[in-house]
Amino acid sequence: MALLELDDVSVTYRIAAGEVPAVRGVSLTLDAGTALGVAGESGSGKSTLAMALLRLLPRDARVGGRILLDGEDVLAMKWGRLRAVRWAEASIVFQGAQHGLNPVQRIGDQIAEPLLVHGLAKPDSARGRVAELLEQVGLPAWRARSYPHELSGGQRQRIMIAMALACSPRLIIADEPTTALDVMVQAQVLTLIKELLAERGISLIMISHDLSVLADVCDRLAVMYAGRVVEHGPSREVFHDPKHPYSAALAAAFPTVGDPVSRLAPKGLGGDPPDPMDLPPGCSFHPRCPVALDVCPTLDVELWPAGPERRAACVHVRPEKAEPAETTLEVS
Amino acid sequence: MTETQTPVEAVGTARPTLLEARDLHVGFPSRGRRARAVDGVDLAIGEGEIVALVGESGCGKTTLARTLLGLERPTSGSVLYGGTALEYGSKALKAYRREVQLVLQDPMGSLNPRQTVYEAVAEGPRIHGLPGEQEVVASALSRAGLRPPERFFLRYPHELSGGQRQRVVIAGALALEPKVLIADEPVASLDASVRGEILALLLRLRDELGLSALVVTHDLGLAWNIADRVAVMYLGRIVESGPVEQVLTAPRHPYTQALLSVLPESPERVVLTGEPPDPTRIPGGCRFHARCQVLASGRAAEAGVDGRCRAEPLAVLPAVPTAQAACHYAAAVD
Ligand SMILES: Nc1ncnc2c1ncn2[C@@H]1O[C@H](COP(=O)(O)OP(=O)(O)OP(=O)(O)O)[C@@H](O)[C@H]1O
Ligand SMILES: Nc1ncnc2c1ncn2[C@@H]1O[C@H](COP(=O)(O)OP(=O)(O)O)[C@@H](O)[C@H]1O
Ligand code: SF4
Ligand code: SF4
Ligand SMILES: [Mg+2]
Ligand SMILES: [Mg+2]
Repeated sequence: MALLELDDVSVTYRIAAGEVPAVRGVSLTLDAGTALGVAGESGSGKSTLAMALLRLLPRDARVGGRILLDGEDVLAMKWGRLRAVRWAEASIVFQGAQHGLNPVQRIGDQIAEPLLVHGLAKPDSARGRVAELLEQVGLPAWRARSYPHELSGGQRQRIMIAMALACSPRLIIADEPTTALDVMVQAQVLTLIKELLAERGISLIMISHDLSVLADVCDRLAVMYAGRVVEHGPSREVFHDPKHPYSAALAAAFPTVGDPVSRLAPKGLGGDPPDPMDLPPGCSFHPRCPVALDVCPTLDVELWPAGPERRAACVHVRPEKAEPAETTLEVS
Repeated sequence: MTETQTPVEAVGTARPTLLEARDLHVGFPSRGRRARAVDGVDLAIGEGEIVALVGESGCGKTTLARTLLGLERPTSGSVLYGGTALEYGSKALKAYRREVQLVLQDPMGSLNPRQTVYEAVAEGPRIHGLPGEQEVVASALSRAGLRPPERFFLRYPHELSGGQRQRVVIAGALALEPKVLIADEPVASLDASVRGEILALLLRLRDELGLSALVVTHDLGLAWNIADRVAVMYLGRIVESGPVEQVLTAPRHPYTQALLSVLPESPERVVLTGEPPDPTRIPGGCRFHARCQVLASGRAAEAGVDGRCRAEPLAVLPAVPTAQAACHYAAAVD
């Protein structure tokens, strides 16, 4: 059953220069106990969407559509209910938040704080709970006495995960949890996330611009471009056989070491990310699309079916255009 | 000698060495102890060659790169450019900077937000008093892929995308027509889609201008994408080096094997645990032994080298282009 349902969610920031449509009509479903990956380049609206889920956006942002958490409309929740939900049901690990740990407070006290504030532990039992949480993220209990600067980047990221776990949420939203960590530390953090998913039945929304990382951890994947989902489906399929040219470019960006095709042949995507205040008409990807057709600048693209449980917003998957054997997209 | 060497099938053109580290040591005082950030490195970069220096955070990559640039002075050992040892007088260093340029990671951090693109790129040529400034800037920008260059002259960093900012940083380095680029994580802060474009630019600069490059990264895919040769660094030392195809498809050092095994597509992962290595406490014997999966699994013992793993340090790998690994086990089983 669906733990989270997004129905035509949009977010518009109002700034001096006008309106920034950062998220433009996103509909997605997350089943309980599963993991959904959200990919897309910087500025595509990933973090805005994540923050909208728990109404953490600044005041100048207007949210439209419906967000149902366990059937309950998040956008209609009263403040008190929302606060309870944020701690007990869903929590966010923010992008770059490991730098936001309080530098002069011991790790253990920082983890214990939400427990005490929300009455989930008494001061005397909090210490045991902190030790338990540290153990869950693979850190020794004595680390509770450390200050943030005594920890490495990967260890600080584990602390952030421990804090997200503190109130035993059913849903964790992780915004770029491993970006900027080195490969080995990234592997440690991903292994930890996978264990938590498998052992505790937690649901996850994970945001990244690295498709290979998402494909590794998540069941399903949604690719965003210019505030819209342009493709979604089972993660391995989206990664290995992308149907949207933008997903194909993302997938090709991180080569498989050993693959002769990518040897001395880095693959990128030309052009610049679109300006949300001045989006190209038709398919907003058309100025950068290597396989654009004449109709693309005027075409109303939608998420068309693109195989079992798959959808893609590209003219090449429109049923009437589809050829009997699927064409593979090549982006160079 | 404990390192082992395998001849490469096709060494191809042996490139004359342009930039070289010889028995390089760089240390820093650190909390009352001594951090041996670079602890004995021999490394050569040939003309027109792209070498990737890989290894996990804190292993000494940036320190080695900065020392090659003359920004850090070695505790012992030397840096040689064109066969001559680097001199550290300000005039000599200034001349050296024209030849060997740094490209920094994080373009937002290395560009001055109040400086236009033109000013940023013109800075180097001005310091060196190059004639024809405007042409120099225009040609550097277009070689970095910002075309037509005039359109970018008056823009500020915040008006550019991340990829464009990285191109401006590269243009700033190119303006002095260097022979070598030293790029520290040139794409780490960039989006996946932009990454390939910047890497393609580095490859093209090599092909068109014959530039050499040392690319510092923890991203093995990047090495696969653009480098001719790779050097894997662990705790201040190069523990494996050689042609990219050979080292990355048939790694022989357990540390390289572990790094490759954690890439998302690989079948069996060796996730190294333990605290990140501390250059103030470099273990005796093989410096990797406390985390080595080959030693821990008993394979080193089977090969009869476990005692040496714990007690006998490995020799510094020489600066040769052929594949080599500093490992007792690799030497014993080959
Ligand atoms: N000026 C300094 N004083 C004291 N220690 C230093 C100094 N510079 C570097 N170190 C130490 O030397 C070691 C190597 O640092 P370096 O910056 O070269 O690592 P790196 O391989 O570039 O890591 P990363 O991938 O995180 O950039 C680290 O342990 C670092 O803390
Ligand atoms: N507080 C804000 N005010 C105005 N615009 C914003 C704000 N936060 C984000 N944006 C804009 O919204 C778009 C989406 O941003 P974001 O959600 O951060 O993308 P991502 O996480 O995918 O990089 C971008 O164009 C960004 O500049
Ligand atoms: S609809 Fe056209 S422009 Fe858009 S992704 Fe598909 S082919 Fe490219
Ligand atoms: S020398 Fe021994 S401990 Fe060191 S890497 Fe080789 S097998 Fe492992
Ligand atoms: Mg973001
Ligand atoms: Mg570094």
